[in-house]
Amino acid sequence: MIEKRCEQILDKYHDEKGSVISILQDVQEAFGYIPEETIFWFSEKLNIPASNFFGVATFYAQFYLKPRGKNIITACCGTACHVKGAEPMINRIRADLAVAEGEDTTDDGQFTIEKLACVGACSIAPVLIINKKVYGNMSPEKASKTLKEFEKGSPE
Amino acid sequence: MAEKKKVEKKKVQPAAKGKTKAKAKSEKELTIRVCVGTGGLAAGSKEVIDAFYKELDAQGLKAHIEKKCVNKTGCRGFCAKDVLVDIIIDGSISTYQFIKPEMVGRIIEEHILNDNPVEEWLVGPDYHTFHDKQTKILLKQCGQIDPEDIEAYLGIGGYEGARKALALTPFEVIEEVKASGLRGRGGAGFLTGLKWELCSMSKGTPKYIICNADEGDPGAFMDRSVIEGNPHSVLEGMLIAGHAIGSNYGYIYIRAEYPLAIERLEIAIRQATEEGFLGKNIFNSGFDFDIKIKQGAGAFICGEETALIASIEGKRGMPRSKPPFPVNKGLWGKPTVINNVETLANLPSIITQGASWYASIGTEKSKGTKVFALTGKIKNTGLIEVPMGISLKEIIYDIGGGMEKNRQLKAVQTGGPSGGCIPASHINMPVDYESLISIGSMMGSGGMVAMDDATCMVDMAKFFLSFTQHESCGKCVPCRVGTKRMLEILTRITEGRGREGDIELLIELGTDIKLSSLCGLGMSAPNPVLSTINFFRDEYEAHIKDGICPAHVCKALRQYIVSPELCKMCGKCFRVCPSGAITWQPKNKAVIDKLKCIKCGACFEACPFKSIM
Repeated sequence: MIEKRCEQILDKYHDEKGSVISILQDVQEAFGYIPEETIFWFSEKLNIPASNFFGVATFYAQFYLKPRGKNIITACCGTACHVKGAEPMINRIRADLAVAEGEDTTDDGQFTIEKLACVGACSIAPVLIINKKVYGNMSPEKASKTLKEFEKGSPE
Repeated sequence: MAEKKKVEKKKVQPAAKGKTKAKAKSEKELTIRVCVGTGGLAAGSKEVIDAFYKELDAQGLKAHIEKKCVNKTGCRGFCAKDVLVDIIIDGSISTYQFIKPEMVGRIIEEHILNDNPVEEWLVGPDYHTFHDKQTKILLKQCGQIDPEDIEAYLGIGGYEGARKALALTPFEVIEEVKASGLRGRGGAGFLTGLKWELCSMSKGTPKYIICNADEGDPGAFMDRSVIEGNPHSVLEGMLIAGHAIGSNYGYIYIRAEYPLAIERLEIAIRQATEEGFLGKNIFNSGFDFDIKIKQGAGAFICGEETALIASIEGKRGMPRSKPPFPVNKGLWGKPTVINNVETLANLPSIITQGASWYASIGTEKSKGTKVFALTGKIKNTGLIEVPMGISLKEIIYDIGGGMEKNRQLKAVQTGGPSGGCIPASHINMPVDYESLISIGSMMGSGGMVAMDDATCMVDMAKFFLSFTQHESCGKCVPCRVGTKRMLEILTRITEGRGREGDIELLIELGTDIKLSSLCGLGMSAPNPVLSTINFFRDEYEAHIKDGICPAHVCKALRQYIVSPELCKMCGKCFRVCPSGAITWQPKNKAVIDKLKCIKCGACFEACPFKSIM
C-alpha cells in the first residue's frame, strides 16, 4: 500500500530537478505525516542520500515525522493575534484539552494543537483554525466554547 | 479576508408572487456581491449566500439566479465589517455591513423588490472615509473582477501592458521601469529597473525570473490578497519582467499556507496558456515564457533571496553569502531576478500608463503606492493602498478610523520582525522608505500594527525576537546564538528577574548581531528590541527597577488596583471577573482582592473609564 502510493509520487517527479521538497509534500499529503520508511524508499530510488531528505524534513515547519492527531487545531500567533490576545486563548485550549506541557497532541490522539506564524487573516484576530475552518475574533471563552461545540458536532 | 462572491448581472423581474407582488417593475439588472474570503467565511458569509439563494427562490426569482453565475471576486480590504454585501441595481451600489442570514429576507423584500434600502444596516460614513483616502492601483480591480476568469481581466485592459512591452525592446522596457522609480516592495526597496539591468547584462543562459510570494511576516497579507483578487496582474508582471531580462522561465515561490491563492494562480496560469499569453511565440513576438508554481514549506528565512533559491532547488533554505548576487548567479547557478508580488503587479499599469504617470505619485525617492495590512487595536482593520509619503496620522485616524474603544495610540509597528516601532509622538511623519529607516523601522513588506496603551513594548520586542529566533536557520553564530541570548534577557525582564545593566547588554548584543550576521534576517532581527529601547526605555526600566509592567501584560508583574478617583461605579469589572476577586455593589466603588485575583486582565479591558491600573 505504502509502496504503491510512493510509486505514484515518484512517477510525478521522476525527471525533475530539485524535487525533494515536492516529494515530501506529496508524501505528507498522502499519509498525514512522513513515515521514515518512505524516506529510505525514495532515497534508494532517486539515489539521493536519506540524510538530504531528513535535512529538508527537519528544516521546514510544514513537515512532520510523527503522526498527528485526528483533528488539527491551529492557533495563529501573528503580530495582530498576539496583540489581541492569542496567548491566553492557546493556554485556555491547552487546558481544556489537557494537553501536557511540552506536548502538542492529546493522549487519545484526537487533537493536535499547533501554532502558526500568520494565516493572513489579521483583521479578525485572534484567529483559530479547526480542521481548516477559520474562526475569527476569538477570546479564551469563545475559543473554549467553539471547541466544545466542535467536539459535540464531530463524528467519532 | 474579505472577498466576494457575486451573483452577477441577472435580469430580475419581481415574478408574480402571491400577496406581495404589489408593484410590478420593469426589468432591472441586479448584482449581489458577498465577501467569502477567510474573514468573510469566518464571519458567516457562506450562510448569507445560502440565505440569498433560499430567499430569492422563495420570492420566485430562482430562474434568474443560477449556480453558474456565482463568481468569486477579490478583496475590497475592509474586513472588519464582514459580512459585507453589495446590492447593485442598474449600476447603483448600496453596501450593507455585518449581514447575517436572518437579515437577508428583509433586504430582498424592501430593497430589491420595493426599492427601499434598509437604512440602518447600510455602511456608515467611516466605510467611505476608509476608501476615499486611498489611492488604488494594485487593489483597484481586487473585488471588482472575477479572479478565476481571464475574460474579466481582459475586459479591464488585462495583458495590454505585456502586449505593449513585448513590442518594445528589452532595453526600452528597463528604461521605462527605471524612469518610473519603482522600488522593490519586498522590504529592502532596491530599484527594480536597476536590478533588471544588472541581470540583463549578466552572462549565462537560461535566465530566471522568480516571483517571491513567500509572505512570511506575521501580520501581513498583502501579497495573498493581490494574488487572490487579481492573479493575472502578477503573471502579466512576470511576463514583462521576463521579456526585459531575457528570461523564458518564471517561478512563483508561494507559501503552502495560502491554498486559495495557489488554486487561483493555477487557474490563471492555465487560462493564460490557453489564451496564448504564456507559452510559445507570445503576441507573435517570438518570445516564449512559461511559469511554474513552487510551494514553500513553512520557513520565514525563505523570503531571503538566496535561501529562496536553495528552497526551489529542493534544499534546506539557508542563505549564502553575497556576492555573487542572484542577478549573476542565482537559480541553478544562472542569472536570476527575484521580485516581490506587489512589485510585479505594479508593472502592467506602469507600462500602459507610462513611467511619468507612476512617478507623479509618491515622494521624491519613493514612487507610487504601497499596500499595507492595517491591523492591531484599530477600528478599521483591513487592506489599504496609499500613496507613498502619506502621513501616518492619516492612515491611523482617517483610514483606520482611530483606536478601538477610544484608547490611546502608543505606537505603530511596521516592517514586521525586521522593523521597529514608531511612537505616537511621531504620528505626523510621512510613510516612505527613507523616513521609516531614519526612525529605526523599515517599510518591510507592509504589515502595519497599531498598538495602544494596553500593549507592553517589552513583550512586543520579545514576541518578535522569539519569532526570528525560532526562524533563524542556524547557519551563522551571531544570529543563532546572539538572538537566543537576547531572548533570554528579554524573558527574564518580562518575568520580573531583570538585572541592572540588561538594557545596555541588549543594545550591545543587538548592535553586534546587526553588524556580523550573514543575511537580512540576522541583520534586522534586533531592530524591534533596539527600537523599543530607543523610544520606550522607561518601560524597560519600569520592568527591571520597579517590577511593574505599565501595560499590565507581563503576567508575573501584574497587579491590578481600582483607582478610587476614577471609578464611576458602573460594575463592568465586577461582571467580567472570572474569579470573584472584585467586590462591588451599585453606587459603590469596586475593590479588587489581590489574593483571589488571577491576573487575567479582564477587568482592565472592560473598564470604560481607565480606572483599573
